Amino acid sequence: MEKAGKLNKYIFTVVVLYVSWILLTATTRADELIVGLIVSLLVAIGSFDYLSEHGLSHLTPKRVLYLIIYAPYYLWQVILANFDVAYRVLAPSMPIKPGIVKVKTNLKTDSGKLALANSITMTPGTLTMDVKDDTLLVHWIYVKDETVEGATKEIGTPFEKYLKEIFG
Amino acid sequence: MRLILGYFLLYFGAIFLFLGAFGLIRLPDLYTRMQASTKSTTLGAFASVLGVGVIHPDWFVKCLVVALFILLTAPVGSSALMRAAYKTGVPMTDSTTIDEGKEFFGEEQEGEAK
Amino acid sequence: MSILDWIYLAIVSIGAILAVFRMFKGPDVTDRVVGLDVLTTITVALFVFFAMVFDRYIYIDVALVYGLLAFVGVLVIARFIERGF
Repeated sequence: MEKAGKLNKYIFTVVVLYVSWILLTATTRADELIVGLIVSLLVAIGSFDYLSEHGLSHLTPKRVLYLIIYAPYYLWQVILANFDVAYRVLAPSMPIKPGIVKVKTNLKTDSGKLALANSITMTPGTLTMDVKDDTLLVHWIYVKDETVEGATKEIGTPFEKYLKEIFG
Repeated sequence: MRLILGYFLLYFGAIFLFLGAFGLIRLPDLYTRMQASTKSTTLGAFASVLGVGVIHPDWFVKCLVVALFILLTAPVGSSALMRAAYKTGVPMTDSTTIDEGKEFFGEEQEGEAK
Repeated sequence: MSILDWIYLAIVSIGAILAVFRMFKGPDVTDRVVGLDVLTTITVALFVFFAMVFDRYIYIDVALVYGLLAFVGVLVIARFIERGF
């Protein structure tokens, strides 16, 4: 994906800043909305080059749709992860077999890797330690498979399916 | 009805906040403790804050912002902390089976040494 | 405060005490920081809870700013432990 033009980036930054303003003030009063728009326009002048790389091309309908599908799936995984933790903490025998394994990923963009790392951290029994190129270092509380391929299949693949569509 | 849902979320969150802290005491080494505390307290705070939002519908948007903020930042902080712990050589528990980190960070440190 | 609020407060407070216990006992610096991190998350949840109990909207903003500062603080401490200085 090639870099977007200046105006494109500027508009994207303004949209993001304005949405943040509306969420933070949490009101629909006219004066707040007008001040927010002015502030977003001013702040974006100085910051659009740092905050955006691909501009509006991020906002295709397909990506938004996959994001809407992904959010409940992610929340469900978080809840499952917590029952898993509750079981491990409360069970008298404490079934843990921790280890550190490597996981490969196919995602190319930095934001995609960040999302994958966060997803892995919040799912049952795994916590990302570091990302380098296409390898993630993951601490696993109950190691089922020590090889790189097996761990990748067990940990990374379920999320990559969605994240590949969202972040490319 | 709204109150019942709100208090259900509040208590759901409270139980997981407690479990996260309990895991912090019970588990044997730093890495497993972080697993428990990160996941449980994040969901606990998320559910409690949403519960307040449901009880007070006027505040729902603001509570949603706080909840999403917790959900997005907690994993980043714990990843950074765990990497720092590993690099300073915090010991792992005896039942640990495999550790590929040496190799992983070994390459990196050669690259960084100037 | 109703009885339900008091029970909530009791459960979460026990959690906070356990986190403080880990902060004092922790054999390593990182253990103490993890205790602090847990305590921070519990505090954010409690701020929002107190906003509801005392009907003060401004407390939610306090919780947001506290969460933001704590997040940056944990990142800085992690960097500090990793690199020194």
